[in-house]
Amino acid sequence: MKIPVYLDYHATTPVDPQVLETMLPYFTQVFGNAASRNHEYGWTAEAAVEKARGQIAALIGATDKEIIFTSGATESNNLAITGVAEMYKDKGKHIITSAIEHKAVLDTCLALEQKGYEISYVPVDSTGRVDLVELRKLIRPDTILVSIMFANNEIGSINPVAEIGKLCKEKGVLFHTDAVQAAGKAEIDVQAQGIDLLSLTAHKIYGPKGVGALYVRRKGPRVRLSPIVHGGGHERGMRSGTLNVPGIVGFGKAAELAKKYLPEETARVKRLCDRLWAGIQEQLDEVYLNGHPEYRLPNNLNVSFAFVEGESLMMGMKELAVSSGSACTSASLEPSYVLKSIGVGEDLAHTSIRFGLGRFTTEEEIDFALKKVVATVRKLRDLSPLYEMVKEGIDLKSIAWTGHH
Amino acid sequence: MAYTNKVIDHYENPRNVGALDKNKENVGTGLVGAPECGDVMKLQVEIDEETNVIKDAKFKTFGCGSAIASSSLATEWIKGKTIDEALAIKNTQIVEELSLPPIKIHCSVLAEDAIKAAIGDYLKKKEIKNGSTGGDKA
Repeated sequence: MKIPVYLDYHATTPVDPQVLETMLPYFTQVFGNAASRNHEYGWTAEAAVEKARGQIAALIGATDKEIIFTSGATESNNLAITGVAEMYKDKGKHIITSAIEHKAVLDTCLALEQKGYEISYVPVDSTGRVDLVELRKLIRPDTILVSIMFANNEIGSINPVAEIGKLCKEKGVLFHTDAVQAAGKAEIDVQAQGIDLLSLTAHKIYGPKGVGALYVRRKGPRVRLSPIVHGGGHERGMRSGTLNVPGIVGFGKAAELAKKYLPEETARVKRLCDRLWAGIQEQLDEVYLNGHPEYRLPNNLNVSFAFVEGESLMMGMKELAVSSGSACTSASLEPSYVLKSIGVGEDLAHTSIRFGLGRFTTEEEIDFALKKVVATVRKLRDLSPLYEMVKEGIDLKSIAWTGHH
Repeated sequence: MAYTNKVIDHYENPRNVGALDKNKENVGTGLVGAPECGDVMKLQVEIDEETNVIKDAKFKTFGCGSAIASSSLATEWIKGKTIDEALAIKNTQIVEELSLPPIKIHCSVLAEDAIKAAIGDYLKKKEIKNGSTGGDKA
């Protein structure tokens, strides 16, 4: 067992050895530029790219030509939202998103707001899922795009994507979804789910960093995008720049494996997640699950350990690589905006830990993690004036606190 | 967050953790911070009423590593000091001793506040007691 135990698969994943092996020849032997149309080096590189396009399309139920390669999901989200906004601005300048999107979506929307677009935020419920009734109310004749994530990166909640897709079709509005966390962990079918644009990245599905994709629907409707990167007209003119062939080949292989392993892997990882959560609940009081109990990523466990601050908790279990929604772990000193948006009080937001399990997580690691978590929480609760007060029967809300910020 | 060894040492082996009997006349209790802000410190002092020397100090802290270290260090420093000496401790001394980064300076401010609150609580108790004694005499 390798220490620290890696339980941060939402942040990134290791490259699967099979993926790496597939990539290697494309650095030194098949090194051609996929845009070189008149010699063998270019043709073999192009063929490899096209194969990968097919593998990625198959993971999400799309066709090859609908996949545009990018540098990663941040670029995919930027391209989808800015590209639609620019292309369809004559139809309208209203975009709908949710408050718990990734910053790549939120900050893109903020940038558009500066340019005269209007952004509405559809509320999410206390489990982090979009409210469909509210979404319907927000759609207007000048709405051009709805951008709602497939699954949340912090709390793992999976949105009612098919219902959102259906609503958008009915209203004639384009639907973009950031599916970075869902890929390989939830069934994605752009046809059945009515998705028009979908962002992916390789490094969350055991592929390399620095390569992503945007699915852009070609039929019913044909989605057009204004490019944000200008140049040689690669990728149907939507994204210029020499293709990262080894990265794309690795992405393709990673997508193929994700599709192949999905049923078995999600079941296995969910079992481990359930084991961890059951153990935590058995041995500790005052622990709260953040997100939805059922509609959640199989590999996500986000827990608030009341009366224990998240950063000090992570400090006490440095044999585990996890992440926290605590303010003290962020540069801004603000606790997680996702937890805040779903109504988790700031006191509990400070105590949250995100466990992200993955392909290489073992039962031994989970049992080790459980022991570490329980021991550290107990130690810090012995040190916590809040836990002491609650045990004495004092209502913390009755105290006149002297906050600094 | 990359912490110095001193912070890690105080975090892993916090000094003077625990509680004193808050109902005792010569014990002062300070509770500062807020759960919403992510840090709460409870610091207690037991005073020798003849000499004004802090005989004992205990703390409990909810907060990040620097908050725990700041309060642990504070208890270590004030033990054996007189009230006036303890009140003279500045947060900047804690920052310096623990080499806290700028983003964690508020933890040291909170520790200074905790010392002042605990001693303040003791002085208030004493004042009330003396006040009532004086009343009896009159």
